[in-house]
Amino acid sequence: MLFRRRPASLAALGVLLAGLAACGSSEDDKTLTMYSGRISPILSPAVKQYEDASGFDVKTRYGDSPALAATLTEEGKNSPADLFFAQDAGSLDAVEKKGLLLTLPADILAKVPKRFRSMAGKWVGTTGRSRVIAYGEKVKRSELPDSPLALTDERWKGRVGWAPRNASMQGYITALRLVEGGDVAKQWLEGMVANDVQTYDSNIPIRDAIAKGEIDVGLINHYYVAEAQAENPDYPVKVHFPPKDLGSLVNTAGVAVLASSDNREQALKFVRQMLSDEAQRYFADSSKEYPLVATVPGPKELTPLADIPAPDIDLAKLGDLQGTLKLMRETGAL
Amino acid sequence: MDAAAAGRALGRRLPSAARAFGVRRPPLVLLVLGLAVGLAAALPALYLVFAVLDDAGGARDAILTNRTLGLITRSLGLAVAVTAAAIAIAVPLAWLTVRSDLPGRRIWATLLTLPLVIPSYIGAYLFVSALGPRGALANLLGAEQLPSIYGFTGAFLVLTLFTYPLVLIPLRGALQRMDPSLEEAARVMGRSPRDVFRSVVLPQLAPAIGAGGVLVALYVLSDFGAVSIMRFNSFTRDIYIAYESGFGRTEAAALGMVLVLVMLVLFAVYARVRAARALHRATPGTQRPAQPVRLGRWRWPALAFCSAIASVALVLPVGVLLYWATKHISSGLELGALATNSWHSLLAAAAAAVAASLGAIVVALLSVRYPSVVTRIVERVGYAGYALPGIVVALALVFFTTRVALPLYQTLAVLVFALAIHYLPLAVSPIGAALVQVPPRLEEAARGLGRSPLAVLRTITTPLVASGVLGGGALVFLHALKELPATLLLAPIGFDTLATDVWHQTSFGFYEASAIPALLLLLIAAPPLYLLSAKGSVAS
Repeated sequence: MLFRRRPASLAALGVLLAGLAACGSSEDDKTLTMYSGRISPILSPAVKQYEDASGFDVKTRYGDSPALAATLTEEGKNSPADLFFAQDAGSLDAVEKKGLLLTLPADILAKVPKRFRSMAGKWVGTTGRSRVIAYGEKVKRSELPDSPLALTDERWKGRVGWAPRNASMQGYITALRLVEGGDVAKQWLEGMVANDVQTYDSNIPIRDAIAKGEIDVGLINHYYVAEAQAENPDYPVKVHFPPKDLGSLVNTAGVAVLASSDNREQALKFVRQMLSDEAQRYFADSSKEYPLVATVPGPKELTPLADIPAPDIDLAKLGDLQGTLKLMRETGAL
Repeated sequence: MDAAAAGRALGRRLPSAARAFGVRRPPLVLLVLGLAVGLAAALPALYLVFAVLDDAGGARDAILTNRTLGLITRSLGLAVAVTAAAIAIAVPLAWLTVRSDLPGRRIWATLLTLPLVIPSYIGAYLFVSALGPRGALANLLGAEQLPSIYGFTGAFLVLTLFTYPLVLIPLRGALQRMDPSLEEAARVMGRSPRDVFRSVVLPQLAPAIGAGGVLVALYVLSDFGAVSIMRFNSFTRDIYIAYESGFGRTEAAALGMVLVLVMLVLFAVYARVRAARALHRATPGTQRPAQPVRLGRWRWPALAFCSAIASVALVLPVGVLLYWATKHISSGLELGALATNSWHSLLAAAAAAVAASLGAIVVALLSVRYPSVVTRIVERVGYAGYALPGIVVALALVFFTTRVALPLYQTLAVLVFALAIHYLPLAVSPIGAALVQVPPRLEEAARGLGRSPLAVLRTITTPLVASGVLGGGALVFLHALKELPATLLLAPIGFDTLATDVWHQTSFGFYEASAIPALLLLLIAAPPLYLLSAKGSVAS
């Protein structure tokens, strides 16, 4: 049976796969390939705007930003991707460090404040998201502290959720280390662990756990709650922007062009489109993120971007997570 | 399983005439094919070697921390506990659904195998929703808060309930192939049924139990979904964290290497512990199917046991899924996309199952019939792909395909290839277990009568291990259906499957919407499982 069937089934498989290989690699001049760590409901309407304006098709591979960054790293110069749209600066930074990104022209870089793009001009932020303290119905607004550092207080014991694996959370701890010093960061992490902080995998489970009453407050990005409120206006979770100790630190999602792209001009046009007023307004309206281009106002219900204390450090350093991960492991946070 | 050990044991018992016939030396075709399969299966491990050598210093630093040992201990502890529990569940279920007159045993067999198809991250999320401190059960009981299931308890519970079918499937195959005359003889000699089970049946089942147990242990070591949702800090979780931090290629690779080493140690222990004995029947003539054992009044506890397992492992998760699905259906279904995604899942998983089964027949034959150092290496290397987290297998394929087979990159061919090598051991182990029960004497006789080795393989060996091949193919199929990391990175762009659909929905936080593709996964998996269980005594 084995050797009778093997050639036939192999041949059939071969024909099938060759067919699919052919349609997979049919490189059309009017096509861009993008790897996206941003989810399709948020990104695809903005992509559609570009497609309509340019007549180009964008084929998007969706995945987790870090996994896609790792993929780009392994692909190297043979990557089929023209663009990389990431959920966090760390993933963009990892690909930049491998020397795989194209330096963006000055007109693109000039549209976004310096702290929301790569120092070497290899990627730009498209939207910002603020760290917040999300809280449930059992907590009064007046009870909430001005700083996440105060969550090590006895009264919050076992009531706080965080996601130490999340890039934005790690970004916050890195900022804390760089601005307030390693000792402050260490004490805070130890204090949180000692205070029985509840560990979750990512932002959404924390939000859901607050809604269910498993925990009372959580450290997440602001727009996850906005998304849930868009679905359900009575959603039982609210957000608080803690003003002190970088509590509402702004992280960024961003986009980059691969140096290996054989369609760089169009890829750059795509980046320009993402920074156009049209796209920026769309992001602000739909996912309640901060537009990073000065001409577009942010969502009304949020603390204005300009009022959020920004650390005097560059975001590229936030990408350097080694020290943060080491500290988090030492303190048992990770 | 470590079929090689069994093969060696068999080898010692072979009459010297067998050696004269050249049975001990593999035909060249088989050897070449075996080496090719071995090389393919070794790709993930090879990739780790490349990645580690790229930054040997960093790799050393990553391993030599005081965390590593603790993580290995925790992961191994979980693996051992889950394996023991899975065997304890699977042995009675297998016996009841094959050998007893349990009412509706084929349906039971299907239902009790289905939990394997529930992706572990979905299963874990469902358990948290249902049994979490503030979950549905807490609501139902009116309790303010239930004891936490997070941590070891939750990971243990979820992984046990969704992996015991890995033991159940090969075990049912082994029971179906077992020669009832041995038991009958023991009964006639006056042994009690319990005694017969312990001294005659159980030893015959040992290879299948061992094979399934190893698969469970390796699954637990490589699992990420359940441990991450249950917040159990395991070795694999650390590998994912290394990748997530964006810089962790070296660290992840170094930890991956440690995982491979742990796996090899596990194998060495397993090979030593296992009793080496001949397991094929010794009497001439055609094997008869076994008479089902009458349960009598034991029927009720038996039914209760099956129902209890089925309710927690299948009815509970499916119930939550159905509840979510009905809540979501009102907001409209994209039937076209669901149909396309189902077809994609079916296509990729079926192709992977066929490819892995073909590869596995070669590997199992080599290691059982022609044991040698080379064949043992080929077999063990094959398990590396299964012990490693999916993301490592996916990135290994990214690495090699973009370097040596660029035109094939991100085509279905590479995805199927990746799935096949990732799940190869799932097919090798049942086929190996089946092969151990086939008397080599039949093959020798055919060779003696002038058949070529290939003709013997085709006409004698393969039909006799058909149940093993089907069981193995089914295991690969069920795993490939729900596979995620490799599918996300390697499938052609736009080639969405039910599993990626579930992932998309859950990553948006739309758990209700994810219920429908998750239920479709179960629907697709059910018919092949039913056919498999309806096969009856295949060995005849």
